[in-house]
Amino acid sequence: MHELSIAMSIVELAEEYAHREGANHVREMELEVGELSGVVVEALDFAMEEAVTGTLCEGARWTIQIVPGEVQCRACGHRFHSRDLFAPCPQCGKAGVEVADGEQMRLRSIVVE
Amino acid sequence: MCDSCGCGSDAGEVLLRRPGSEEHVHLHDHAEAHVHPHDHEHRHHHLHDHAHDDVRMREVVVEENVLTKNDLLAERNRGYFEALDISAFNLVSSPGAGKTSLLERTVKDLGKERRFFVIEGDQQTLHDAERIDATGVPVIQINTGNGCHLDARMVHSAVKELQVPQGAVLMIENVGNLVCPSLFDLGEKKRIVIMSVPEGDDKPVKYPTMFRSSHLCIINKTDLLPYVDFDMEKMKEWARQVNPQIEFIELSVRTGDGLGNWYEWLLANS
Repeated sequence: MHELSIAMSIVELAEEYAHREGANHVREMELEVGELSGVVVEALDFAMEEAVTGTLCEGARWTIQIVPGEVQCRACGHRFHSRDLFAPCPQCGKAGVEVADGEQMRLRSIVVE
Repeated sequence: MCDSCGCGSDAGEVLLRRPGSEEHVHLHDHAEAHVHPHDHEHRHHHLHDHAHDDVRMREVVVEENVLTKNDLLAERNRGYFEALDISAFNLVSSPGAGKTSLLERTVKDLGKERRFFVIEGDQQTLHDAERIDATGVPVIQINTGNGCHLDARMVHSAVKELQVPQGAVLMIENVGNLVCPSLFDLGEKKRIVIMSVPEGDDKPVKYPTMFRSSHLCIINKTDLLPYVDFDMEKMKEWARQVNPQIEFIELSVRTGDGLGNWYEWLLANS
């Protein structure tokens, strides 16, 4: 359940920015998680509930924006949406892709008070 | 409460321990994991579907990768290792693939060629560290408590405790788990994924992130090939689909078959 470590990293990062702003509370967090990041969004959601406890983020709301997985076929270069690194290319039928997008786990912004 | 020193920690805390000693170090700044029943509702709202009328509320742009801290600390570890010519290897596998057995055998067989130091990662117990300690190689155990992987900060603390010298080979045995350790860089020179024949040939399909991020794949327990359905070529083909550069070594720690190839690889990379 690495989502708990990730959730704690998110909270730590949000707290750091809140401190920098001289704020006492984090009220909102805007997160971005890619479909190919290796993170299960439901598990992250659950872990966030834990991670905020006793921190400046306690009681904060958060949103998780899902970024679609984008892969590029190694054989023909065709770019397509996929959540599966083993999916064959819809254009040439060959397997084997490079990830083009959807690996991110980012804290985009926070609202502080 | 910690049953060794009574310092108020519990099983959820990260500890550094050495075989044969009651002394241990708590990594107190690591937030502890605790579980409570999930009996409340999720508070999901879109950030921009309401106005912040309250003037004290303000939006702060962050735009940072969540694992930045770990990545930075891993780079610090890597720089330290490079400066001291320490070759660090991160060994990952599912539980029971044979990481500790391979390590035991390796540090014994190559003890004359290289000076080994070992970091053992497990949620609980000193069992693996005791096995390495019996070989005479300096070892430290990281007990991650509820944690399912090692991170760069734990390795940083363990390296300080171990006092790894110039030119050494540092073997870091991660917590047995093919999912979580894949996202956490420790500062290693090479990541080695170990799988064993009875686990099945579809491991790369089930855990692509780990195979994607590893440099070498060791296939252990090849002596069991006649007894299980394991298609070696299919497994390699799947692994290459996510990582065309990955190298493979087939071996059996039990019979010693193929260990020579592993030793050759390790000496060439350290």
